Amino acid sequence: MKVFRAKVFVRLKPSVHDPQGETIRGALATLGYQGVQEVRQGKYFEMALEAASREEAEASVREMANRVLSNPVIETFEVELTE
Amino acid sequence: MPRFAIVVFPGSNCEGDVLYALREVLGQEAELVWHKETSLAGYDAALLPGGFAHGDYLRPGAIARFSPIMGSVISMAEEGKPVIGICNGFQVLMEAGLLPGAMLRNKTLRYVCRYVNLRVETTTSPLTRECRKGDVLRIPIGHADGNFYADPADLEELERGGQVMLRYSTPAGELADEANPNGSLNHIAGITNKEGNVVGLMPHLDRSYQPELGSDHGLRLFGSLVASVS
Repeated sequence: MKVFRAKVFVRLKPSVHDPQGETIRGALATLGYQGVQEVRQGKYFEMALEAASREEAEASVREMANRVLSNPVIETFEVELTE
Repeated sequence: MPRFAIVVFPGSNCEGDVLYALREVLGQEAELVWHKETSLAGYDAALLPGGFAHGDYLRPGAIARFSPIMGSVISMAEEGKPVIGICNGFQVLMEAGLLPGAMLRNKTLRYVCRYVNLRVETTTSPLTRECRKGDVLRIPIGHADGNFYADPADLEELERGGQVMLRYSTPAGELADEANPNGSLNHIAGITNKEGNVVGLMPHLDRSYQPELGSDHGLRLFGSLVASVS
């Protein structure tokens, strides 16, 4: 068994309104950062996990991201894996 | 006499209100059931109360849906028994896949705690069978994540199937943006599943069951529930 490190990025789907991101954009504009056209807020997870192979680790992280870390109704995710 | 289970997660905080309404006000047999239990045998309906189950960590309801008791909650739903989620309980039922949609942060980003007016859209649900279509109920809400979202296909299915149970409205029962406290799509405050026995709603019927609380309109919903299992 090897230990793999995974990064999971969870984002709101483009069709889903993001009031938090909009508020942050407004705050940035107040601070003078006028060029910022859009902010979308997401979530980022770091995991360390044991698996027999890279493929197994990735499949496992994808399953966890789909079942738990993200809500497929409103979010999508991306997985990055390193050994 | 029917028996009601009130499912308690770590972080639930409205179980006492639901218990009091059912037991003391309506004289029903109701019991608290800890989320680590695995059986709801002998119960005729389950209620998931409001609060912050598991601290709302990750997303409201995201951890609670994997609690040991949820297998039995899903079985009850499949058997056609009433399963009612109030506020955080609604969020848990959506995360568990028993109800469609998801809750986004309120449009204002504020925790909104106040009375709202709700128009009854369907009287076939176990919570509204003693109401009439078009009735306006005055019941409080208290939530930060109650901005109902469903993708366009799911939303259309909800509307077409008569699954929208309550909408935020003006006191006269009209739909208006200023009467929508959180930005919910189609002003949705409460829905049912396709079969009609699983119900989720953001408004706290458990905070409006006697006039001393400011409104007793919640009692009509509790009364409907009791009637539906009696």
